[in-house]
Amino acid sequence: MKTTLLLSGDEALARGAYEAGLKAAAAYPGTPSTEILEYLAKFPEVDAKWSVNEKTAYEVALGASVAGVRSMYSSKHVGLNVAMDPLMTSAYTGINGGFVVVVADDPQMASSQNEQDNRLIAKFAKLPMLEPASPKEAYEMARIAFEVSEKFDTPVIIRITTRVAHTKENVEIGERNEIADKPFTPNAPKYVMVPGYAYKKHIALEAKLLEMAKYSDETPLNSAEINDKSLGIIADGVSYLYAKEAFPDASFLKIGFTYPFCDEKIKNFAKEVKDLYVIEESEPFIEEHVRQLGIPVKAKDVSYRIGELNSTLVKEIIENKKKIEKPFTARKPVLCPGCSHRAVFYALKNLKLTVSGDIGCYTLGALKPLETLHTTVCMGASVTMFESMSKILGRGKVVGIIGDSTFVHSGVEGLIDAAYNGAKGLVIILDNSNTAMTGSQPNPATGVNAKGKKTKRLILEDICKAAGADIVETINAFADNLQDKIKELTDKDALSVLIVKYPCRLIYKIKDPVPKFNSSKCVTCGACLQIDCPAIYKNKEGKITLDEHLCTGCNLCVKTCKFGALAKKDN
Amino acid sequence: MKNEKGNEITGNKVTDILFCGTGGQGVLTASEIVSLAAMYDGFHTKKSEVHGMAQRGGSVESHVRYGKHVSSPLIEEGQADFFVPFYKDEHDRLIAYLSKDGKDLLSDLENAHLACENKKFVNTYMLGRLSKHLNISQESWLKALEIGFKGRFVEENRKVFLEAANKA
Ligand SMILES: Cc1ncc(C[n+]2csc(CCOP(=O)(O)OP(=O)(O)O)c2C)c(N)n1
Repeated sequence: MKTTLLLSGDEALARGAYEAGLKAAAAYPGTPSTEILEYLAKFPEVDAKWSVNEKTAYEVALGASVAGVRSMYSSKHVGLNVAMDPLMTSAYTGINGGFVVVVADDPQMASSQNEQDNRLIAKFAKLPMLEPASPKEAYEMARIAFEVSEKFDTPVIIRITTRVAHTKENVEIGERNEIADKPFTPNAPKYVMVPGYAYKKHIALEAKLLEMAKYSDETPLNSAEINDKSLGIIADGVSYLYAKEAFPDASFLKIGFTYPFCDEKIKNFAKEVKDLYVIEESEPFIEEHVRQLGIPVKAKDVSYRIGELNSTLVKEIIENKKKIEKPFTARKPVLCPGCSHRAVFYALKNLKLTVSGDIGCYTLGALKPLETLHTTVCMGASVTMFESMSKILGRGKVVGIIGDSTFVHSGVEGLIDAAYNGAKGLVIILDNSNTAMTGSQPNPATGVNAKGKKTKRLILEDICKAAGADIVETINAFADNLQDKIKELTDKDALSVLIVKYPCRLIYKIKDPVPKFNSSKCVTCGACLQIDCPAIYKNKEGKITLDEHLCTGCNLCVKTCKFGALAKKDN
Repeated sequence: MKNEKGNEITGNKVTDILFCGTGGQGVLTASEIVSLAAMYDGFHTKKSEVHGMAQRGGSVESHVRYGKHVSSPLIEEGQADFFVPFYKDEHDRLIAYLSKDGKDLLSDLENAHLACENKKFVNTYMLGRLSKHLNISQESWLKALEIGFKGRFVEENRKVFLEAANKA
């Protein structure tokens, strides 16, 4: 009997890879790609691993391919930046077992720090790229990607976007096909990229690209649908579905094998239709290529390079409009009630420190009314930017702040850099013992692996000392002396690390007795609102209200109240 | 035409349902259940949402589209046939999605809060109300409720759902 499941693009892609005989997978979490590895981790046949960052994940997955099994890497778009070094040269070495690189772009930045278009990476790295438009296609393309990888001896990139990764659709699934391991044979000209060998590999790679361009012209993943010839649309990924929704009767060249380009199909399609458009999200990647072929094509206005598309925006593009940015009205996200990060920001705000920040739930500390995190660029940058900022802005003024997962990802190197270069001051590690932002994945400091099994636990104290920190201390996030401790270590003529520990309440569901609220003592000064806790708010009559259901009893609000309206319950 | 379950699938009309609320209100579970129910009845179903910030109290909206064949995973503004809000402010923010002849279930939200002492079941109640308007079989709804809630509170959910579905 056939089984049909409602699967997200991430899950469908993982399922397709599993059925294609996948044996190894490595990833680092990131929205919207996280669920791929989470799904794979359930299968005993797949050695699925959370790596410490994307570079290590890429190399772990590549190693499995070289050793002879089908293997997969997955990350969000910016994760691929971290993995660029092995990615670029793996195009030269090629693979042994099929190797698929999944990258999930996030146009519109639902949960990201930029909107980079990784289709450009395919061209830059000289790697083939497939783009499913929907979960069903993600499921099918996973298998095809492994075949292409082995046929052309190359890593294959599957690029999805948030609307593919997080859309669910009915997908008919099948059985797993076991694929025999390939033997590993030492072959230095293939696997050892020293200049002499790499030069020859580059020659071979250029020839391979021509072969793959032929394939791109043959594969049904790129296919023309000729209907009304007055409007012709070339579209890739989910953009095809938006365009199809907007113009169901138009003619289409649907692109699923994006790179190398299918030049013959593009030329033939252009000949068939009157007005030719390219509908694509983000950069004019396909459009520029079509132009290079000498084919006149209507361009979308630059304003549509920003954000994601939808069928309404596709209609606007065809009408030659400019995008009108709508005001941002969605509710702002907040730290959970009782989140330990809030206690740290409260202390830092009181101390009026400049905070070199990082990426995680704690990035929310930058928003009003906390406004106590002053830089966020990329993972790990808090420690390194602290190193230089503290030197220039002066002792006692700057602290670095970083989550446990992010510290392990790429903060450790920064700490070694800071120690080596004589930095002084304080780096705070917010240790909630998981990767909360992306939905609570374990990391080395948690001591649990992707399969949920206990493993060696990285001791943060030990690694900070080994990196060269002069002082390493650990404190409970809700300790009364937190603020004094931060002040003391920030002012010291030493490089210190303060590990602020408290388990993430999202997973551990800790609830302590809620404080007593005595409304007769409340003067509505609003001091308690400054910690931005969802459990305290002003009601419609303008009165402070404590939502005892949401409140987890962290008692931070008690510290803010000078009038005794909020008091700790004695138990 | 009819699908394999014998339900009428009228032409290419796609049914568009927009859910909205804030993190933790069960928006995503509710939209998952409708999608499952539509799928069990043989419809092509797409559900789309962005859940990056959902756990942190941010806005959550979920687009469900089902029919003979669905292209775009997103509902266009002014096209939603049904609007299922779990929070008034979010309802007001997204009301432009509702089509002129669309059905707004805001009044059912108030009833849901009155009917459900345990707020956990508000989304189930809303699904019951929604079910009155959709061409999805009760068998598929009940199966979807069980799967969507991962086997938790099966009896309670069924009871709340049927109560809301059978109310005038
Ligand atoms: C290069 C890169 N990889 C992955 C991500 C996705 N991401 C954002 S924050 C984060 C980790 C957050 O964990 P942690 O530092 O422990 O902080 P928490 O959210 O638990 O407070 C991840 C993986 C990213 N933004 N950039």
